[in-house]
Amino acid sequence: MNIVVLVKQVPDTATERKLSSDDNTLDRAASDGVINELDEYAIEEALLLKEKHGGEVTILTMGPDQATDSIRKALSMGADKAVHLVDDALHGSDALQTAYALSKALGTLEFDLVVLGSESTDARTGIVGAALAEYLGLPQLTLAGKVDVDGQAIRIQRATDYGHDVVEAQLPAVVSVVEKINEPRYPSFKLIMQAKKKPVAKLSAADAGIDTALVGLGNAATETVDFAPAPPRAAGTVIKDEGDGGVKAADFLAEKKFV
Amino acid sequence: MAEVLVLVDHVDGEVKKVTTELLTAARRVGEPSAVWIGDGAEAAQARLAEFGAVKVYAASAELNDYVVAPKAELLAHLAREKSAAAVLVSATPENKEVAGRAAVKLGSGVLTDVVDLTADLVAEHSVFGGAVVTHARVRTGVPVVAVRPNSVPAEPAPAQAEVEQVSVELSAAATAARVVERVVQEKGARPELTEAAIVVSGGRGVGSDDFTVVENLADALGAAVGASRAAVDSGWYPNQFQVGQTGKTVSPNLYVALGISGAIQHRAGMQTSKNIVAVNKDPEAPIFELADFGVVGDLHTVAPQLTEEINKRR
Repeated sequence: MNIVVLVKQVPDTATERKLSSDDNTLDRAASDGVINELDEYAIEEALLLKEKHGGEVTILTMGPDQATDSIRKALSMGADKAVHLVDDALHGSDALQTAYALSKALGTLEFDLVVLGSESTDARTGIVGAALAEYLGLPQLTLAGKVDVDGQAIRIQRATDYGHDVVEAQLPAVVSVVEKINEPRYPSFKLIMQAKKKPVAKLSAADAGIDTALVGLGNAATETVDFAPAPPRAAGTVIKDEGDGGVKAADFLAEKKFV
Repeated sequence: MAEVLVLVDHVDGEVKKVTTELLTAARRVGEPSAVWIGDGAEAAQARLAEFGAVKVYAASAELNDYVVAPKAELLAHLAREKSAAAVLVSATPENKEVAGRAAVKLGSGVLTDVVDLTADLVAEHSVFGGAVVTHARVRTGVPVVAVRPNSVPAEPAPAQAEVEQVSVELSAAATAARVVERVVQEKGARPELTEAAIVVSGGRGVGSDDFTVVENLADALGAAVGASRAAVDSGWYPNQFQVGQTGKTVSPNLYVALGISGAIQHRAGMQTSKNIVAVNKDPEAPIFELADFGVVGDLHTVAPQLTEEINKRR
């Protein structure tokens, strides 16, 4: 079974993240790039499926040159090879344009399953998996907390407000995974060394057959009009508990009409 | 006036609060038309009209038998047929996916996790864990907007609503992922986390899987219970209650953080709460930077006292 895992490089949530005032897009120079945390679960799930069913795991990343760091990390977890979709024309693409571009890049690959994280920690739209299924016309098996493949049949547990839905479809399909589906492995030294030799193919927009009139900041259907630091919250009252901390907290809640 | 489609969230025939918020936001833009999927539209008509819906489009429950795509096909179909000015959904994980697919079908743009919306459809977002506020708009096609619960206060504006049965021919792709079973986890009497007006969350400071101290305070306040990642990772509270970057995003009127330090991971999920109360042993905990009212102390003594005090004052 051939699996493509979509991996996004995002700014480290532990650093201060910024938007660029030039074009209201993410300032990638302002913080360190790391692999999107939820994508690590996607990589792990793909590796587990490969261990069970055989085949190959390919990493597909769309992003600027620096994204190679995250690609190496993904390869060092045990993926076999990678494709890096990189093109200036893609800069500033919104979530739907990203899904479109990825769908075209996937068109150049052979796969039974596409696996991705349920959202990225930077934009957090959580719609790329669904939009990708729409563009590809494939079954949408998103928000999976459990994945089972049996021949051409695939069954997942989809996280819902009330618990989960059991969803069935036929391969090929698009799966997004939620945290807790597994425990992502740490790359071993051996795998890190091996990862350096694994093939990473660069793909341009033209190579993927992407219509550049449909991607990039200037062609996005959405635009960020402005941004500003959030107004600081008015400084609150912090007291030390002298045995009546609960009573004082109740007074605050009463003042705010919660009690 | 142009129609604004509002996808209704309902459970057991009851319209969820977020839908009344969406109807309120929709009135700023045009005339709200509620889109009801499943049985019970007739019975809910009055409630929807109370918040200004002039139409209720009712579609078959069959749409719920497949994942997301049928709902998107219905919304896209109605948006075209009714020349809608916008489509509004709640920013739940499922509905954001519906919004994304509907926007692809409409060749338009989608805005997710919106916390406010103007009459000319400029949407406000709170990003990077609440550190930055952005304004965005859709410049091509019918805007599809996912609005976060508890963002726009619901205000009634009574109207007369008529129910119209609608249907859509589903594509083969839309029926490719079939829901074969729904597993409903045991649900207590507490309100749902993302919808709750008050949320009481526990973190590392709770110290064990005994969350009674958190639950008691939540019940005294009629609140939902949440948990930090540290508490969930320790196996103290179930995953679906995790608030934060990789968990749920909440925006209640009151958020009470018990024994939560307030790492960026957590702040991302609760920073837009209107009032924040924190109890933590560590006076340096970043949660106190956000707190409107903070108590430096042991939650195991402060929270029970607070619970008792609330019950006393009722």
